[in-house]
Amino acid sequence: MNPETLILAIILLPLFGMFGIISSRNHPNIREAVTLITAALVAILVVRLAIQFMNGNSFAVTIAEPIPGLSIAFKVEALGMLFALVAGLLWLVTSIYSIGYMRSHKEKNQTRFYAAFALAISCTMAVAFSANLFTLFLFYELLTLSTYPLVTHAGTAEARRSGRTYLGILLGTSIGLFLLGILVTWFVAGTLDFQQGGILAGKLDPAWAGLLYALFLFGIGKAAIMPFHRWLPAAMVAPTPVSALLHAVAVVKVGVFTLLKVTIYIFGSDFILSNDITGGLIWVAAATILFASMIAMTKDNLKARLAYSTVSQLSYITLGAMLASKAGLMGASMHIAMHAFAKITLFFAAGAIFVATHKKRVSELDGLGRAMPVTFTAFFIATLSIVGLPPLGGMWSKWYLGLGAVETGQLLLVAVLMLSSLLNIAYLLPIPVRAFFSKPASGSHYTEIAEAPKTMLLAMIITSLTCVILFFYPDPLHQLATLATGGS
Amino acid sequence: MGNHISLLLVVIPLIAAPIVAVLPRGGRLPWLTTLIITFICAFLASSQLWMVLNDGVISYELGGWAPPWGIEYRIDAVNAFVALIVAAIAAITLPYALLSAEKEIPQHQIPLFYSAFLLCLTGLLGITQTGDLFNVFVFLEISSLSSYALISLGRNRQALTSAYQYLIMGTIGATFFLIGVGLIYSQTGTLNMQDLAKLLPQLSQLKTVHTGFAFIMIGIALKLAMYPLHLWLPNAYTYAPSVVTVFLAATATKVAIYIMLRVLFTIFPDDFLLATPTYDIFILSGMAAIIFASIYAIYQSNIKKLLAYSSVAQIGYIALGIGFASSKGVTAALIHLFNHALMKAALFMAVGAIIYRIGSCNMKNIDGLGKQMPWTFGAIVIAGLSLIGVPGTAGFISKWYLVTAALEQQAWISVVVILFGSLLAVIYIGKIIEALYFKPVTDSNQSAQEAPLLLLVPLWVLVCANIYFGLDTSLTVGVAEKAADVLGVVDIGIMNK
Repeated sequence: MNPETLILAIILLPLFGMFGIISSRNHPNIREAVTLITAALVAILVVRLAIQFMNGNSFAVTIAEPIPGLSIAFKVEALGMLFALVAGLLWLVTSIYSIGYMRSHKEKNQTRFYAAFALAISCTMAVAFSANLFTLFLFYELLTLSTYPLVTHAGTAEARRSGRTYLGILLGTSIGLFLLGILVTWFVAGTLDFQQGGILAGKLDPAWAGLLYALFLFGIGKAAIMPFHRWLPAAMVAPTPVSALLHAVAVVKVGVFTLLKVTIYIFGSDFILSNDITGGLIWVAAATILFASMIAMTKDNLKARLAYSTVSQLSYITLGAMLASKAGLMGASMHIAMHAFAKITLFFAAGAIFVATHKKRVSELDGLGRAMPVTFTAFFIATLSIVGLPPLGGMWSKWYLGLGAVETGQLLLVAVLMLSSLLNIAYLLPIPVRAFFSKPASGSHYTEIAEAPKTMLLAMIITSLTCVILFFYPDPLHQLATLATGGS
Repeated sequence: MGNHISLLLVVIPLIAAPIVAVLPRGGRLPWLTTLIITFICAFLASSQLWMVLNDGVISYELGGWAPPWGIEYRIDAVNAFVALIVAAIAAITLPYALLSAEKEIPQHQIPLFYSAFLLCLTGLLGITQTGDLFNVFVFLEISSLSSYALISLGRNRQALTSAYQYLIMGTIGATFFLIGVGLIYSQTGTLNMQDLAKLLPQLSQLKTVHTGFAFIMIGIALKLAMYPLHLWLPNAYTYAPSVVTVFLAATATKVAIYIMLRVLFTIFPDDFLLATPTYDIFILSGMAAIIFASIYAIYQSNIKKLLAYSSVAQIGYIALGIGFASSKGVTAALIHLFNHALMKAALFMAVGAIIYRIGSCNMKNIDGLGKQMPWTFGAIVIAGLSLIGVPGTAGFISKWYLVTAALEQQAWISVVVILFGSLLAVIYIGKIIEALYFKPVTDSNQSAQEAPLLLLVPLWVLVCANIYFGLDTSLTVGVAEKAADVLGVVDIGIMNK
């Protein structure tokens, strides 16, 4: 298969999968088989594309050109490849997990669930391979819309209310600010193509560039920078596989990925560094890191706690992007992957706990460790990766982020990163520790509770092991991140 | 044959109208005749546009009398474009009309309905074809009178009062227009648009000319429902039969906008306009329409009324584009003219399909219908996204050009208002979608089925057009740019005044 068709195949396969899912709606086994086969194929194709890309090939496809100079086009570059790799592999794992979750939970409307899920992945892949800001925006919006039925899946009044928050903030920021930023960029630069070194340098007064960057920073609502983060906790009303893949990986990472793309390929790191464009804005990210962590500590609902943890971790990436130094961008790019594997494990574990025990609250988990050892071990490993301790992959990205802060002489930011790591420990570590070492509230050990279905355990084991592997073998990620930041 | 097209476009529906009226009542012959006529018109209009784009302006002398004494039909890219919109929408509406009209209009009135429809089409096409200002008034009255009749055919008794309300407002508008034309005529002695354009520059200091201009403007503004002269529109659209709403929403106001463009850019000289507050009024009215009409739309419980208010807001976008006084702005206005016809026709058709099934389009009664009528629902979602301006749809192209035009003028407030309008559209479209899909199905809707194919096919043709023209804009943008060029829009710019 030649590389151009490979790109299109990766984007279109989930779409075909969606039609397959819909047409096999009356045969759950066939439907799930369609999901698994599609996900497996996508994973294989993404890996093949990555191998071809690492061998130094670069490819581009143009689909249509609605407005002269403004095309719907795809192109493979390092950052997008990295993101597509993460999303593609994790979709497969999540599909394995969802089958166990959705069935043992006897969810309704499962066909709609799998279909919307496949559509969301298709959009995510399209975002990853976008060759210009216009294409990216198109699929960014489609992603919001395709995930809306997933957020409101339960159909309850609460789900509808959350759906409204979700749609309101994401569409509101994207139309009100992001689109405005794109239009201004188009007006100033005359193009929206992602180009190494950026397209704005020399065309925009640095003071205005700061304002434009703010439009992107707040307009890309999926990056969940405060005060536009409320949609993410609201989205937690969705079934856990959705929270796991979409609201820890695909959707939120589309946000920070977009911000990184804008930073590297629209503004250009040199333009940002030499004019100190992000100097003030960087503190918004720093504040989000700290505040979100503090809010996470107060949440007793496990998924809500994880959601705020995600808000905080996303701002690591945003912060890295705004540092705009080589190490900062490197750390940000790698954190996309590192955080993805760790956070999805945490959500998988939360879902497994919910399926096995119907417990949602952190305070109810004491002593569960013995009954569900695999789940809580996975949770423990992922926690350490989030905190950034060796021997886990999360260490590398934090390392580079810290390096980036030191490199640019922002010692206060180093302190923020340190403090945040401590906060991570404070709100995550007690969960597995108390599950293993505390006694249940009732006093006696759980005997009637067993681990969740095997497919769910399998998924958790894969992702948590990946966290370990990424510590010892971060090379592919490292290579892609280096390419993305324009290093040698 | 070639150069008679412009006349045939008007004459064919005009002759067909009385014939249809006397056709037998029971069968479907009136419908079939009208269908054929509209298809012929659509074909003629597209070949006319093709000819204009290839060979330039067509001038047709009615009865062989040379202008400025005789009536001249003068076709350039602008009116050929608008004529195509009108004829194409009529042709798409007609297949839809059969079942929808049988459901909503008493049987004995159906031939009269098609007859009035053809007269309305005659009037609208006539306005686009003629190059004579008084002739515009004649056709304006033909289209208006027939649309009063069409609206009053609605099922509810409110249809009568709405038609009456529209009659009063429409007549005031037409009278103002006529007074204005008379005043201009008293000074220039001509009614031919080209001739007027030549004579008016020397007369632009005259008070009479100014007065005439003001009368004409207000007259047309009433017709096109420019905020705050829009009060007739919501009721008229709401209580008219569905198919009438589809047709009028997509064409009637558009034709009025066309006349507005003609008067502003072809007839009156640029420095005359600059001496008047015309452009400022357009911008203010446009912004007010976008904000207030959208907010009204959010609070409507009748979906047709909601969409009607949304139409007022969308006309605001077009007014804004005109107000920028630049070729980019007028291009954007013309693009939106076309795209808005597509999305509103699709939305009103979808609502018509709902009415066909459950007999109501009230928010309260549509709960959960999305699952019963998936294709209708899908159409509402896509057309709604187009209305919001999501990329990949025609609506996005409109918004894109409009905002670029605003940025060019550094009209920051307008930029913010345009984007804010999109957000308000998210809310009112979201309300419909939420009720259709996310509320549990009510018992009375349990038995509702998907709309018949004859309603769905025209609907989905329009929906696909909404996507197609979001991806390939060579027709819309190409023609609109050419039209703005033909109108001779000079980049005055609101900043340079």
